[in-house]
Amino acid sequence: MRCTFIIHRYDPAADTEPRYQEYSVDAEPTDKILDCLNKIRWEQDPTLTYRYSCAHGICGSDALMINGRIELACQKLVRDFKTGYNFVIEPLPLFNVIKDLIVDLNPFFNKHRYVRPYLITDEDMPTTEWLQTRENQEFVEPALRCILCASCTSACPINRANGNYLGPAALLRSFRYIFDSRDTATGSRLAQMDSEDGVWGCRSMWWCTDVCPKEIPVTKCLAQIKRLIKQEAKK
Amino acid sequence: MNHQHDIVIVGSGLAGLRAAIELGVDTKTAVLSKVFATRSHSGAAQGGIGAALGNEEEDKWEWHMFDTIKGSDYLGDQDAIEILARDAPRAIYELEHMGVPFNRTKEGKIAQRAFGGHTREFGQAPVKRACYAATRTGRVILDTLWEKCLQRGIEFYDEFQMLSLIIEKGHCCGVVAYELATGELHVFHSKAVLVATGGAGKIFKTTSNAFASTGDGMAIAYRAGAPLEDMEFVQFHPTGIYKLGILISEAARGEGGILRNAQGDRFMERYAPVIKDLAPRDMISRCILQEIRAGQGIDGKDYVHLDLTHLGKEVIESKLAEITSFARTYAGVDPIKEPIPVQPTCHYMMGGIATDNEGRVIADEQRTPFPGLYAAGECACVSVHGANRLGCNALLDLLVFGRRAGREMRKYSHSIGFQSLPPNPAKADQDRIDALMQNHSGVSIPEIRSQMQEVMMDNVSVFREANGLEAALKEVMQLKQRYQQIGITDKGRCFNRDLLDAIELGHLLDLAEVITRGALLRQESRGAHTREDYPERDDERWLSHTMCRFTGDKEPDIFYKPVVITEHQPQERKY
Ligand SMILES: Cc1cc2nc3c(=O)[nH]c(=O)nc-3n(C[C@H](O)[C@H](O)[C@H](O)COP(=O)(O)OP(=O)(O)OC[C@H]3O[C@@H](n4cnc5c(N)ncnc54)[C@H](O)[C@@H]3O)c2cc1C
Ligand code: FES
Repeated sequence: MRCTFIIHRYDPAADTEPRYQEYSVDAEPTDKILDCLNKIRWEQDPTLTYRYSCAHGICGSDALMINGRIELACQKLVRDFKTGYNFVIEPLPLFNVIKDLIVDLNPFFNKHRYVRPYLITDEDMPTTEWLQTRENQEFVEPALRCILCASCTSACPINRANGNYLGPAALLRSFRYIFDSRDTATGSRLAQMDSEDGVWGCRSMWWCTDVCPKEIPVTKCLAQIKRLIKQEAKK
Repeated sequence: MNHQHDIVIVGSGLAGLRAAIELGVDTKTAVLSKVFATRSHSGAAQGGIGAALGNEEEDKWEWHMFDTIKGSDYLGDQDAIEILARDAPRAIYELEHMGVPFNRTKEGKIAQRAFGGHTREFGQAPVKRACYAATRTGRVILDTLWEKCLQRGIEFYDEFQMLSLIIEKGHCCGVVAYELATGELHVFHSKAVLVATGGAGKIFKTTSNAFASTGDGMAIAYRAGAPLEDMEFVQFHPTGIYKLGILISEAARGEGGILRNAQGDRFMERYAPVIKDLAPRDMISRCILQEIRAGQGIDGKDYVHLDLTHLGKEVIESKLAEITSFARTYAGVDPIKEPIPVQPTCHYMMGGIATDNEGRVIADEQRTPFPGLYAAGECACVSVHGANRLGCNALLDLLVFGRRAGREMRKYSHSIGFQSLPPNPAKADQDRIDALMQNHSGVSIPEIRSQMQEVMMDNVSVFREANGLEAALKEVMQLKQRYQQIGITDKGRCFNRDLLDAIELGHLLDLAEVITRGALLRQESRGAHTREDYPERDDERWLSHTMCRFTGDKEPDIFYKPVVITEHQPQERKY
C-alpha cells in the first residue's frame, strides 16, 4: 500500500534551517520503518541519511522519532501504527542534529564514560570464575539489555532542563556495576551518584521506561540506587 | 590529516577489541570502526561461546577439539583447533574476570547449555558446553570489552571507514580512512595493522548479518595482495525467520526446540539419529531444503517450523528472551503458543584472509608472513572452522586468536621502527572518490547489489552445481563491468551514505567472484559446500585449502595449501 513519509531534512552545507520533505512509498504492513527509509533512499533519494546496521533491534543505531514517539526504526513495522499510513520521521530530540536524522551522541557517550562503566575490584582474581549467585546475576539482568541507543536519555524531561544531569542510560550503567557482587567500588560509585546531576536528578517521570525499546524498567533500577544511598546513609 | 600509532586496528567487534586489550598501555593503539564501536555485529551474537568448563556435566577440551575437527569436515587445521579448544576455558575465565555477566548455575558457576555438534566422548551424546548470557551473549561481551578499552584509554576513531591499506616495499604500514562526519581522508601511519572487519553476509539475499557486514577488510586485503582462503565455504544457518533472515539462535534447539515439517514430523530424527536437532548447521540446512523439495515445506512454501511450544513459558522467556521478542515483533508469532517459521539464512564466512596461528597474514602456501599485516575474527581464516563452523566457536575464535594477534603485534611493534610512508598515500583513494562524485551515469547501486544478491542466493548458496555456478560467475563478472560505470547522486561531504554504499558494493562483488570461483573448482561436497554433481567428499583430491590471490585485471590466481592433520585422520562424518 501507498505510505506517505514526511522526513526531517537538514544538510549543514546547504540548509540554514531544517526542512521537511515528503515521500510516497509502496510498503507492506510487515515492512519495518527502516525498510521504508531504505526504499526511499535506494529508489528515490540517495541523499537521505540516517544510521542503521543490524536491522533487528540489537545494535542501537537507529533510534529516532516516528510520529512524535521515540522508537527504533528497525523494530517498528508499518502495521504497528494507526495513522493511516502517514509517518513523520524526525531525529532524536535533545541532541544536536548533524545531518537529516543523524544526531551528535558524543555528550551521551561522555556521560557513559564518566560513570566508570567497568568492573572495579580490589580482590585477588580466582583461578577459575568468581562465584556469583543466580539471584545477583538476575538482579542486574535488566540493565544488560541496554543497547546504548540513547532513547531514554533523549526522552527524559530532566535532561532537557539540566544539561549536566547524567541521564537514565548512564545511571542505568552505574546500577549494573553498583549491584554486581563482583564489583567492590560501591562506595565511590554511590558517592558519584549522590547529587542532583546524579541519581537525585531523577524525578521518576517514567518517560525513559516508557520509550525503552528493550523494555528495561529503567526508573525502577534508578530507584534501587536511591534506596541504597539512603540505606548506606543510615548506617 | 595524518596520524601516527604503533598499531592500527580496523574493526571494533570482539576480535579487534580483544586484540586492543592485549596491546596494553605500552603500545600506542588506535581502533577504527565504520560504525560506533558498540554497534559492531558481534553484539548480535545470541546463543553462546564454547568452552569445556565442565560446569554442568563432565567435559574435556579433547572432546571439544574432536567435535570442531569433525564439524569442519576435516578441513580445519588441527594444530589451530587444538589451540582453540585448549585455550577456551582460560578465555572464558578471563571474560568473567573482566566482568561479563554470564548466566549462573545453582552453585554460582558459569551456566552452560547444549549446542549443535558439541558432544561428549567423541560423538556419543550432546554435551552442555556453551557459556551464555540469555540470548545476548555477544552483546554483553562486546559491551564489557569496549568498556575495558575505555578504562585502558585506548583511542577510538568511531565512524572512520578504512578505504585501503598502505603497502610500501612489501610492508603494511598504515591505513587510509574516510571520516563519515566530514568526508575527510585520514592517513594512519603505523608499524602494523590488524584487519578485524567481520563478515560479508550482504553478498547473499537472505542473511542474519548486519548492513555493515560487507566484507571490506577481506576485499581490501585481497586487493593489497593478501590471499583469501577457503572462501567457498559459506555457512547458512538453518533457522532464520522466514523471509527476513533474522536469526533464531541454535540455543533454541539447545534448550530442546524441535524442527518439524508440514506433517508435523520431527524430520531430523531420520537424518541424524544420535543428535537429531542438534546436528551441525551445514547438515540441518541441507535437510530443511530436502524436506522442502520433497513437498514437506509448510503450506507448500519454502520454510519449516521450529517448535518451542513444549518448553514452557518460563524457559522461553528467561533463557531465550531475545529471540522470543524477535519472533513476536517480526514474524508476529508467539513461540510459547505457536511454532516459528524458519528457513536457512546466510550467516558466517568460514573463509577469509589467510593467517597463521599468531594472526600474521600469510602470503603463500609456505606460510610466509606478509610483514606488518595481521587479521583476526570472521574476516580471517586460521583455519579453525574448515568447511563448517560449529555454533559457539566463532566468539571463541575472536577471543583466542584476537588475543594472540594482539600479543604478536605488540612484540613486533616493539622490535622495529616505523617504515616510511610512500609519497601521498591517500591520492589513489581521493582520485577514486572524485571520479565517483563526478560520474552521472544512470547505473544504479541498489540494482547491481540486488542482482548480485539474487544470483548468489539462487546458485551459490546451500546446493550448488556446475551450470549454476558458471551462470553465477558470468553474471557477477558482468555486474563488475557495470559497476565500473556507477556514479553518486549525493555530492555532499557529511555522512555521504551513497558514496559508502558504492565503495562497499565493490567489495561485495570482489568476494562474490572469489566465492563462486572457489566453489566451481572444488569438485566435491564438504561441509557447507555441497555440489549436487559431486555429492561425495573426496579427500584424495580435495583435502586442501583453496587460496585465491588478486592479480589485477587478469583472472585471480588460485592455488592450494595442505591441511594440518595432527591427531584425527579424516573419517566419514555421521551424527
Ligand atoms: C545473528 C548472529 C548471531 C550469532 N551468534 C553467535 C553465537 O551465539 N556464538 C558464536 O560463537 N558466534 C555467533 N555468531 C557469529 C559471530 O558473532 C561473528 O562471527 C563475530 O561476532 C564476528 O566478529 P568480528 O569481531 O570478526 O567482527 P564484527 O563484530 O562483525 O565487527 C566488525 C567490525 O569491523 C568494522 N568495520 C568493517 N569494515 C570496516 C571498514 N571498512 N573500516 C572500518 N571499520 C570497519 C565494523 O564497524 C565493526 O566494528 C553470530 C552471528 C550473527 C550474525
Ligand atoms: S539497526 Fe540496529 S538497532 Fe536498529
